Amino acid sequence: MRRRTRLLAVTTAVAVTLPLVACSSESGPPRLTWYINPDNGGQVEIAKRCTEAADGKYTITTEVLPRDAASQREQLARRLAAKDSSIDIMSLDPPFIPELSEPGFLAPIPDDVAKKVTTDVVQGAIDGATWKDKLVTIPFWANTQLLWYRKSVAQQAGLDPSKNPVTWQQLMDAAKQQGKFLGVQGAKAESLTVWINALVESAGGHILTNPEASADELKLGLESDAGRAAADIIGTIGREGLGGPGLPTADENASLTLFQGDRGSFMVNWPFVWSATQAAVADGTLPQSMLDDIGWALYPQVDDSQKTRPPYGGINLGIGAFSRHVDLALDAAQCIVTPENQAYYFATNGNPPSSTKAYDDPAVKKAFPMADVIRQSLEQAAPRPQTPYYNEVSTGLQETWHPPSSVNPDTTPQRSTNFITAVLRGEALL
Amino acid sequence: MTAATADVSGQVVTDKPAKGRRSDRSRSEVRLGWLLAGPAFVVMLAVTVYPIIQAFFDSLYSYRLTAPADKHLVGLHNYVVVLSDPVWWRAFGVTTFITLVTVLVEVIVGFALALVMHRAITSLRGVLRTAILVPYGIITVVSAFAWYYAFAIDSGFVNHWFDWVPGIDTNLNWFAHQGTSLFVIMASEIWKTTPFISLLLLAGLAQVPGDLEEAAQVDGATWWQRMRKVVLPNMKAAIMVAVLFRALDAFRIFDNVFIMTNGANGTTVLSLLAYRTSIGRLEIGLGSAISVLLFLCVIGICFIAIKLFKVDLASARGER
Repeated sequence: MRRRTRLLAVTTAVAVTLPLVACSSESGPPRLTWYINPDNGGQVEIAKRCTEAADGKYTITTEVLPRDAASQREQLARRLAAKDSSIDIMSLDPPFIPELSEPGFLAPIPDDVAKKVTTDVVQGAIDGATWKDKLVTIPFWANTQLLWYRKSVAQQAGLDPSKNPVTWQQLMDAAKQQGKFLGVQGAKAESLTVWINALVESAGGHILTNPEASADELKLGLESDAGRAAADIIGTIGREGLGGPGLPTADENASLTLFQGDRGSFMVNWPFVWSATQAAVADGTLPQSMLDDIGWALYPQVDDSQKTRPPYGGINLGIGAFSRHVDLALDAAQCIVTPENQAYYFATNGNPPSSTKAYDDPAVKKAFPMADVIRQSLEQAAPRPQTPYYNEVSTGLQETWHPPSSVNPDTTPQRSTNFITAVLRGEALL
Repeated sequence: MTAATADVSGQVVTDKPAKGRRSDRSRSEVRLGWLLAGPAFVVMLAVTVYPIIQAFFDSLYSYRLTAPADKHLVGLHNYVVVLSDPVWWRAFGVTTFITLVTVLVEVIVGFALALVMHRAITSLRGVLRTAILVPYGIITVVSAFAWYYAFAIDSGFVNHWFDWVPGIDTNLNWFAHQGTSLFVIMASEIWKTTPFISLLLLAGLAQVPGDLEEAAQVDGATWWQRMRKVVLPNMKAAIMVAVLFRALDAFRIFDNVFIMTNGANGTTVLSLLAYRTSIGRLEIGLGSAISVLLFLCVIGICFIAIKLFKVDLASARGER
């Protein structure tokens, strides 16, 4: 009896430890793990291409991060704080880069690599990859919002946004006169911060006036003409119902659905809407006439005397500071961001390149006839505030500027300034 | 001085173990008891007591995960910040409201369902119990998404199906107002957890001696009188345990709110506030303080239930 028990114990112990031994021993070339944001399979394909190009030096495997940017940041920050060595390369949303760079979670980018990966790259993407005047991530793809419009509605309103820049006031007037809805993102989410930032920047202001300061010294620039102009636009759209009944919960996808509907008119949104609408037409869920009626132009202006500053987004590649293969990860990241791979990614997944060269690719021109407008928009784009406390600033804005109908130019900028300042000083909950 | 009572099966059971010298047999039984329960006890300590102590320890610091070098002791300052902030009290109010409404509705509906299951003819009993238990078998996140999509203004069907009800039309955005958001959150919560309550109440109903009810019926008591005077008093322990378990659960509500509104329009609950502070803002110190306070609230509910309403967990389990 006792012998049987002992035999059972030994067998169990072997069965439990064997897989662990198998896990710890790594045979073959070093395996780099690239944490990617969910997409249509483009990053997995690029990983495969770069593994082949490495010719046995390393292999790249991918791990998918959560769907929204905030959850991606949460997971990466927690893993990096625990010094996770499995993170070699990560796809990072630009606003969260300072927060990860400041405590040394990102491996430094050597000067020669920095020079290489910033040649022929749009300025917005370089700005987004930089923290305290040093390149801390490698620009991969760069996103920006355009003004999408229904040609029929614009024509009836006497506007031609592709030739002459339009202002928010003109869009609101046109929607009101024709009983149409504007596609904007009023949900209490990151997309609301994107909208507020683009409006404040387009009016010549900044959400933060000293973004590199410490938490208790950060100063907000919302109590200004720019802040009030932004609040006026959001409040008017909310109060007058110009964003439709779904505005307080509308994210980018909801705006697209609204825009494609009978009462769609103008919409600010990322370029994915073009490939999404094309796919819907190919599936037969939308008529071809719908696609033919869509026009595009630069993001609307707040007032006609100032150049617009469209939103900037996208993904940069960070190298994990605790990675066991930093040099190989840097090599792999440079392979990932080659203009050819960026052009492939744009043409197949709809994510615009940060490399100016990639825009000359014929496949890109064919898939995205608005590629030149996107490139121009990226040159003019304004990043969201670059601060290690971005999450507090963004969530604080969402708390005080939601729902859009409650936004008042006389009170909201002041209220959000007081609230965010108190949160940053550790005196208030968020 | 040991009190001995006869249990249902007629066996004599003792409430307190006899003092004095134990026999070899009882000693080895005690040892076996510890051997069997010991590992589970140690694991329990490791996964519950240790994190609670760690959370309390962290709550005394100003500690941000992305600024580990700035960690410093602040004593009870985090608690002062939390308790003097209207955000905490608003979340506390919303959580209490959700707890009260959902538990009340669940007990009433759950009792009705328990009666149906109890009285159902034998051939239907199995099917009926399974049907009633289906919602409880669904993962909360999945049920939250299902309810969210049903009520969403762009993809939902509720507005189209119920547009004949006054106040509902295709332009109603359920998740844009506090009242309507809370309604959907609570409806989803009630739908999902009523089966749990009804199951506990069914066990209570089964404990009510049939002859008592029959006697009351013979004496001419109406259905309502039988319920009020015979059935309910005899299953008080089961009802209170059901209420206590559900209240503790409801007070920690998270999934439904997180999925449907993420706290927008005044729907932030305490668990979400703790999550947002610890995980979203990565403010471990402040977030731990909220978690400790939430834990104290739960202890408070237990205390009120056990001391004030005299919930007897042992008798509800049929141990006494």
